[in-house]
Amino acid sequence: MIEMKLISKRCGIINPQSIQDFIKHDGFSVLERVIKNPDHQYLSEIEVSRLRGRGGAGFPVATKINAFAKETCDAKYIIMNADEGEPGNFKDKYLMEKDPFGLIEGMVLVAYLTQATHGYIYLRGEYLQARTLLENALDLARKEHYLGKNIRQSSYDFDIEIRMGAGSYVCGEEFALIESIEGKPGRTRVKPPFPTSVGLFGKPTLIQNVETFQTIPFIIDIGGSAYQKIGTKSSTGTKLISLSGNVLHKGVYEVPFGIPIRTVIDELGGGMEHNRKLKMVQLGGACGPIIPDYMLDMIIDFERFEEFDSKTGAGAIIVMDDRFSIFDILIRIVTFFEHESCGKCTPCREGHQQLRIILSRFVRKQAGIEDMIALESLARVMHQTSLCGLGQSSPTAIISTLRYFRDDYIDRLDHLG
Amino acid sequence: MIHEVLSRFPREETYLIEILRAIIDAHPSHVITEAQMKEVASYLNITQSKVSSTVSFYSLLSDTPKGKYVIQVCRDVPCYVSDSTSIVSTLESLLAIKIGQTTYDGLFTLEFVSCLGCCDHAPAMRINSTTYSDLTPTKVKAIIHGLREAKP
Ligand SMILES: Cc1cc2nc3c(=O)[nH]c(=O)nc-3n(C[C@H](O)[C@H](O)[C@H](O)COP(=O)(O)O)c2cc1C
Ligand code: SF4
Ligand code: FES
Repeated sequence: MIEMKLISKRCGIINPQSIQDFIKHDGFSVLERVIKNPDHQYLSEIEVSRLRGRGGAGFPVATKINAFAKETCDAKYIIMNADEGEPGNFKDKYLMEKDPFGLIEGMVLVAYLTQATHGYIYLRGEYLQARTLLENALDLARKEHYLGKNIRQSSYDFDIEIRMGAGSYVCGEEFALIESIEGKPGRTRVKPPFPTSVGLFGKPTLIQNVETFQTIPFIIDIGGSAYQKIGTKSSTGTKLISLSGNVLHKGVYEVPFGIPIRTVIDELGGGMEHNRKLKMVQLGGACGPIIPDYMLDMIIDFERFEEFDSKTGAGAIIVMDDRFSIFDILIRIVTFFEHESCGKCTPCREGHQQLRIILSRFVRKQAGIEDMIALESLARVMHQTSLCGLGQSSPTAIISTLRYFRDDYIDRLDHLG
Repeated sequence: MIHEVLSRFPREETYLIEILRAIIDAHPSHVITEAQMKEVASYLNITQSKVSSTVSFYSLLSDTPKGKYVIQVCRDVPCYVSDSTSIVSTLESLLAIKIGQTTYDGLFTLEFVSCLGCCDHAPAMRINSTTYSDLTPTKVKAIIHGLREAKP
């Protein structure tokens, strides 16, 4: 079996509206156990597991949680980042719609271990179905005292509120998200200080991805050393993959790290639709690299992805067949980022517009060699000088195609046509 | 309408976006008017320019009126490779408008939107708060026909 359903084991099995059903499938059992035996060093289990964040950047989770746990303040906030908005990603939506109680358990557990005072779910503005299910789950969890005052007869109080975004991709970035919950346009701030010390309303704030919260109860359950045996050395555990594009079976799959990309496409995705020929695959999401067929034996692993000088991304695999040219795709990617740029810094605000103009010359076969050089240097400048992850990672697709699809560029130069 | 909406929220700035969304949802033309922004600003005791800068930042908030049905077609890559362009051209010819325009009767506005998170059921679009996926031109025709029939 290629799939390894550990954190998604309840998805599709239970009724996401029934707390009884959730409890019957081990739901809240880890939280109960932790509250009954509060003395164990649970946070060190997370450290031993070597869990890395599942929202895109792959930052070590224990480092952040430990820093946050040490903060002493009258108010400490935990935020679940459910802003999932990068084209090709839908695995957080899947978890929220299929196992909403599981996410609540994860949040309350982390909150209890770090003594947080209040929680927020920052939910993507378009995810209305997820909102309904999460609201229902929050209500039922409150009724059964898994949330609210004196959680499961302990002296610990914690509650969670939902805040919805309003259609802005950049609000998934930590500081932009904080600004948005504070009721402002989502523009990032200069770091440090980091949110774990000065975050929402100026208080210590821990922000983690949906999938990260879903994973933590599982780690506490089996123990950190058992967890780090799953996956690879640099990337422990499993990853939810959002598989889309021209494959037969699109969807969300949970696999251990270390699986080759080709295996996901062929065995889980069932290969190409209509037996067409694969042309390229974008990894991670819109800000990830685009690679050709011959590279698909590469395994899914944080370290391997860092070779592209990019972040892992949130686990999207977008498959494209040979009816499409890289320029059709790049133009759409750049248009997305141009639209989503918050406008705070020049390289990103002006850069995407310039990228689009240059790329459109390639689309029309009117590009010159100087356009290729300009494209390359502009993409690098944006990568190096943009203020936040949006402008730093958006040129990855261009940089990777200049490397792996150089002939496609040369073909479009007009003096050769 | 606006007072009823405001009364559901505490007078705290952190509810600004939730309030603006609730106003848009209640408005038949999916818009927040100048007068409403003023009311919101005074309710939360913040400046009106703060409210309007928030409205202009977020794409689900708008200060220009739209049609009764706002059709938003996903323009991102997973939908594009599943032939979203034929969905756009079907809609443009059915409604006799281009992307970005509203029909003369004020019934439909046609727009592009970023990924709706339904890439495994591409191509996708949203009409007001309902998402439609696995679209084909035939399916789109039936949906538009249904909405025209539903016209009061
Ligand atoms: C432009 C931009 C958009 C982002 N969008 C998301 C998102 O939708 N969901 C998410 O979890 N992280 C997103 N991130 C990453 C977050 O900033 C942050 O690293 C993450 O929430 C941390 O959680 P994790 O360590 O559990 O992954 C985004 C980052 C950037 C720069
Ligand atoms: S990189 Fe782009 S999104 Fe990020 S702060 Fe600069 S302009 Fe805003
Ligand atoms: S790309 Fe269209 S729904 Fe994701």
